[in-house]
Amino acid sequence: MQALIDGSRLMTEALVRAGAEVFIGYPITPANNLYLFSGKRFKTFLAAPDEITTLQWMSGFSAAGKLPVTATSFPGFALMLESINMAYMMELPMVIVLVQRLGPATGTATSGAQGDITLLNGMLSGGYSIPVISTSTANDCWEMAEHALKTAADLRTPVILLTSKEEVMTQFSFDLDTLKEIKPIERKYYTGDEKFIPYNRDERGVPEFLPVSNDKHQVRYTASTHNANGILEGITPEALSNTIKIQEKIENNLDSYLYYEFVKEESSDTLLVSYGITANAVREAAKILKEEGRPVSVFIPKTLLPIPDLYMNIMSGYNNVVIAEENHPGLYRKLLFGAKAPANVHSVNTIGRMINPDEIIEEVKKHGN
Amino acid sequence: METKFINTNTLPFCKGCSHTTISQNTEKALQKLGKSLLDVILVTDIGCLGIIDKAFDTHTVHGLHGRSVALASGVSAGVNNPDKKVIVYIGDGGATIGMQHLLDAAHNGYNMTVVVHNNMLYGMTGGQPSEFTPKGFKTPTLPQGASHKGYDICGLVTEAGASYVSRITGIGDISDQLAEAFSRDGFSLIEVMEICTSYGVKSNPGMKLKSLIREAGIEIKVYADNKPQPYETQEREGLPSLFSSDMLIEKEFPHKLNKPLRLFLSGTAGEGVQAAAEMFIRAGMRCGLNVTKKGSYPVTVGVGFSASHIILSPEPIQYTGAPRPDVIIVTSEDGLKFAQKLIDNATKESLLLIDDSIERPVTKAKIITKTFREHVGGRNAMIMAVFEYLQQADIIPMEDLMKQFMGSKISANKTLKRLIEETFEIEG
Repeated sequence: MQALIDGSRLMTEALVRAGAEVFIGYPITPANNLYLFSGKRFKTFLAAPDEITTLQWMSGFSAAGKLPVTATSFPGFALMLESINMAYMMELPMVIVLVQRLGPATGTATSGAQGDITLLNGMLSGGYSIPVISTSTANDCWEMAEHALKTAADLRTPVILLTSKEEVMTQFSFDLDTLKEIKPIERKYYTGDEKFIPYNRDERGVPEFLPVSNDKHQVRYTASTHNANGILEGITPEALSNTIKIQEKIENNLDSYLYYEFVKEESSDTLLVSYGITANAVREAAKILKEEGRPVSVFIPKTLLPIPDLYMNIMSGYNNVVIAEENHPGLYRKLLFGAKAPANVHSVNTIGRMINPDEIIEEVKKHGN
Repeated sequence: METKFINTNTLPFCKGCSHTTISQNTEKALQKLGKSLLDVILVTDIGCLGIIDKAFDTHTVHGLHGRSVALASGVSAGVNNPDKKVIVYIGDGGATIGMQHLLDAAHNGYNMTVVVHNNMLYGMTGGQPSEFTPKGFKTPTLPQGASHKGYDICGLVTEAGASYVSRITGIGDISDQLAEAFSRDGFSLIEVMEICTSYGVKSNPGMKLKSLIREAGIEIKVYADNKPQPYETQEREGLPSLFSSDMLIEKEFPHKLNKPLRLFLSGTAGEGVQAAAEMFIRAGMRCGLNVTKKGSYPVTVGVGFSASHIILSPEPIQYTGAPRPDVIIVTSEDGLKFAQKLIDNATKESLLLIDDSIERPVTKAKIITKTFREHVGGRNAMIMAVFEYLQQADIIPMEDLMKQFMGSKISANKTLKRLIEETFEIEG
């Protein structure tokens, strides 16, 4: 049977089923439905007085062994940045749902956008990475939300679940039976009798975890450059090596949270690339082109950051690559190809409205598919 | 043997600095209270005081400048166990940045004791004044002395609802005063007056802490000693799924659509545009159609336009936009203005259904004017318009739409119900 639903509801339900225990937030359009549903569904719900407090409270809950979630949009996210750096450095699991809207600054709260990906790429001082996982379909709202939380817990890191206004606010008919079962995360804790070293890493580079409330071992969390014991040390070799190991943990385990969709048309030398809300226009454009006898391949990255080599390998197999995204400069294209993209990489960009399939088709045809 | 909370005889502070007094007396106070190491979570701010955490063998958390109280609030609410003592070390600089967090923690009654190390300036960065610098007090970057009196943090958190608040001088044995604050449930704060031996003393030669306090009118006293109202984190078990039965819509009727139908409903906020659109798509779903509904409205919820893009399709819908809708329904001037671009771009295959109170726009679309607003008022004009359109279009049964209408709150409007029954010759 079909249900009338929206992405906010799917994400919230998925996060709770996956084991998220606490939602902390400050309301902001267009993330309000996530806040509203979370208030009804999360075991613990806290209304924070601002977004800095939100991230600090979340960090405290995370240090205490809970899995916290928030949802915000750029103006709120901007306030969270220093605290996200802190949570990254303390290696605290949490999920931040970033619902993109039109910027800069307050921009237009009720207009969607895909304008935050370069910010996410550079939000950590030093240029390190936080996993950024995006949604583009109803099933993604469900599955990627689960993956985001599991990645956060698995790698002891904040994770950004990137979405946008139309993805979380548009209502649609949907068959709930197509949703995969979500089982709650089983957290792993340090169980040894020897002294607990808070940033002692396992073979995957992930530190073992104990909540700050436990009665058996001392636990230290530190945002400043620190050694394995969580002691602020300045630029000692051990402390610097710990900082690098945090990044290696995110990079080296990328396969464990790598999600993408690649529909290959053997006869095509054109590849359409997009993510998030624009991925739907790309899929529609590909369908129309196929009906017209001009099939194209489609590549939808869902794990957007860090960027795996695989993405470059996929794109290098095509004479024409068309990247569509709802921002003016072509942000993800720049992250993939640098300031000047190769001549065979083309862009479709808009602001203030969704890109429509015709615009993508027009660009494809311009380059001879 | 008494528990040793501090693991070193060499604390990382300048000779004579009261930060040492506070750390050593914290240990003594915790000993007096019989606390064990892992009963205590020490959360430290940035500043000289923040480098103390490595000397403590308790749990320690060292975060950002000014945010320690917010972080400690999260720790306290997350741990949710009043037997765990959360202590925050923060300076006057951190308390200036994070004032909101202090007020908020006092207001909520988070279980913690905040120890404000007030040395009246920023020690780590070269002696800049803080908002706590007393009137006349000089610092290296403010040689003329502060022109205003400093914040009264004790008064502020008392007003915000703290259970226990006191201000003391950071000289001698202060373990009893600290123990008093540590022993309270809920939010307590103790402000310890200090003088920075590096910058405060040099900028104010000969000045003694006690006389400075007296001359600045800073009161050394207990500000609040109230019955605690400690915060308790709510953990709600067994909450129902968000997938409620009213979301499920069973197929009941046939439809006559053989391709996607894209509509744009444009009216005024507060006039039921979104409700009419939802009624429409629900009726569509009851015929087994795939649907989407995308709302557009200004930031302020109750004024200006309100519009809804809806799609009904026998095929799955991927792209939810409609740059060229098949049908545009306009029920108000606000709606016309917002739909103008779509009306300009409309082709002769499009249909524009518009209220007859609005001047007919120039367009290639086929225009149908009908009286909605005058008959049912602005509030229900879009509902009537949707009924009108579906009667003409004959794509889903009117009986289906009527069923949706009767299932919605709007059907409580008897006059509207009667008008719909009469106009469209259908029983509710």
